[in-house]
Amino acid sequence: MQLKWRVGLIHSFLIAYSLIAVLPILLVVMNSFKIRKAIFGTPLALPSAETFSLVGYVKVLGNANIGIYFFNSLSVTLISMATVLLFGAMAAWALAEYRFKGSNLLALFLSIGIMVPIRLGSISILHMMVDLNLVNTRLALILVYTAQGLPMAIFILSEFISQIPRDLRDAARCDGVPEIAIFFQVIAPLLRPAIATVAVFTIVPIWNDLWFPLLLAPGNDTQTITLGIQQFIGQYITDWNSVLAALSVAIIPVLVIYLIFSRQLISGLTAGAVK
Amino acid sequence: MAKLSLHQLSKSYGSAEILKDISLDIKNGEFVVLVGPSGCGKSTLLRLIAGLDPVTSGSISIGDRIVNDLEPAQRKIAMVFQTYALYPHKNVRENMTFGLKYAGLPAEEISRRVDEASRMLQLQDLLTRKPKDLSGGQRQRVAIGRAIVREPDVFLFDEPLSNLDASLRVSTRVELSRLHTLLKSTMIYVTHDQIEAMTLADRIVVMNKGRIEQTGTPLELYYQPANLFVAGFIGSPKMNQFSAILRNATAATGFGLSVPVKGGDEGSAVTIGIRPEHFVVGREGEHPHAARVELVERLGEISHLHMKLNSGELMIAEWRGRDAPSIGDSLSLAAETSNIHLFDAKGVRI
Repeated sequence: MQLKWRVGLIHSFLIAYSLIAVLPILLVVMNSFKIRKAIFGTPLALPSAETFSLVGYVKVLGNANIGIYFFNSLSVTLISMATVLLFGAMAAWALAEYRFKGSNLLALFLSIGIMVPIRLGSISILHMMVDLNLVNTRLALILVYTAQGLPMAIFILSEFISQIPRDLRDAARCDGVPEIAIFFQVIAPLLRPAIATVAVFTIVPIWNDLWFPLLLAPGNDTQTITLGIQQFIGQYITDWNSVLAALSVAIIPVLVIYLIFSRQLISGLTAGAVK
Repeated sequence: MAKLSLHQLSKSYGSAEILKDISLDIKNGEFVVLVGPSGCGKSTLLRLIAGLDPVTSGSISIGDRIVNDLEPAQRKIAMVFQTYALYPHKNVRENMTFGLKYAGLPAEEISRRVDEASRMLQLQDLLTRKPKDLSGGQRQRVAIGRAIVREPDVFLFDEPLSNLDASLRVSTRVELSRLHTLLKSTMIYVTHDQIEAMTLADRIVVMNKGRIEQTGTPLELYYQPANLFVAGFIGSPKMNQFSAILRNATAATGFGLSVPVKGGDEGSAVTIGIRPEHFVVGREGEHPHAARVELVERLGEISHLHMKLNSGELMIAEWRGRDAPSIGDSLSLAAETSNIHLFDAKGVRI
């Protein structure tokens, strides 16, 4: 009986939390299907026969630039994710497996990267990108996001790697498997759940970021979707239909990626907690 | 196949000395078991031989080569781990062939070796399974198969049976013994289980606190233990140890057992060791030493009697036959004089 109460209590907390998390998104999606007047008049109502309108979507999808923005966001996010995962996993393996001069210092240096937000360095990053002639390129964003994602990725992955039994690496060494193959063929396949976790944690902030696209790649050819949406927001008039429609569309890729990784993600998050 | 020799081998981690001055020669084709309590350094020694850890000083040679600075794969060894250490995402065949691919062997040679090893270990029907779909015993056979296909000079086993249940342990032990007869390879086997050591070994190396206490055939260790540690370690239940004082070339215990001794210092403390199976047990008054039964462990054909001597000392004697005494019975004992061991004050055999 007491257990039932406790489970009920926990569930009500979780349901409340889920509502808080989901409601804003629901509001955005709901209102994106309404006429402008209804967005302001009855923001909490579902679209009805009179208020239903696709005008936002028509405008957004009819806008040639939106495609470019989408492509920019997608390419920057996916390439950053790939580099973070590849180099993060390799660095994590090196730090967890090999003892070399300065390895502790390096690990400490990387953990500082987790504590200090990268945005504090925005001005120097901008200077650097100007000097390197990388302003208004997607490469600038990819480099910054890789730097932003690496410390956390290394931290999580090296925890996972240290949980892989030592016998497995030793067995591979006795088998004469080269170190690089030990990493890619023995260790990496075992890291799948951890990699899924890191992938989601890496992608979401990159996809949602407004700051660095605004600073480093505000040009029309290199804008990301989050930046692109801002053109619908004016000082005096904001095209809410388009803003909400664009936001709704922008949710889709993250959702798809999350669904792809979610099973692995859950096993990654609960690893260690449930043996 | 090759001989293996260790010369004044030492290993330290920081200031902790794990192995001290280990010298050992292993003949071609010999089955040597390293045995000792946990923490005695036996697994570390195996890892040094495998090349998984660097040596601090001394040398290891396999065949005629000193292998100190060679990678594990170049040493022509194969190791079987306690945890099996199979690659979880590869099937049985891939587990066995993974290393061979990097050795640059032709495909026909690889499949010949896999076929041969899987026939030897009855793995033919399991080749496409993943480790998670195998039982413990099957996993261990795959791990052994992975070692066999390498056709190594020396096989290294690190407590390979510890994760198996009791009956499987016995049958796998027999398999290993058969495998050694078949392959005639040099094998080094680490265990803390003295039954495994006694049954498998051509020669046993007893280790304690990073040193070799004694090296010898199973029966040498059983009948002529070099010191108290080996005497206590080999044999189950443990050898009974009684303290005694040496007077007039005779060692006398508190309960009236006296044993003639050649040499030794007059008045010094010595230890008399008698294995439980080397007592003759009879009714009260039948034999010289009286004892009371405190506990009986019945194993079927034999029983272990935990007894208290009239001097207050505790000891174990073996009883053969069905009609074992009960708790509280008063009995009498005699020691078989040919099987009494004597150790001096430092624990060294006299």
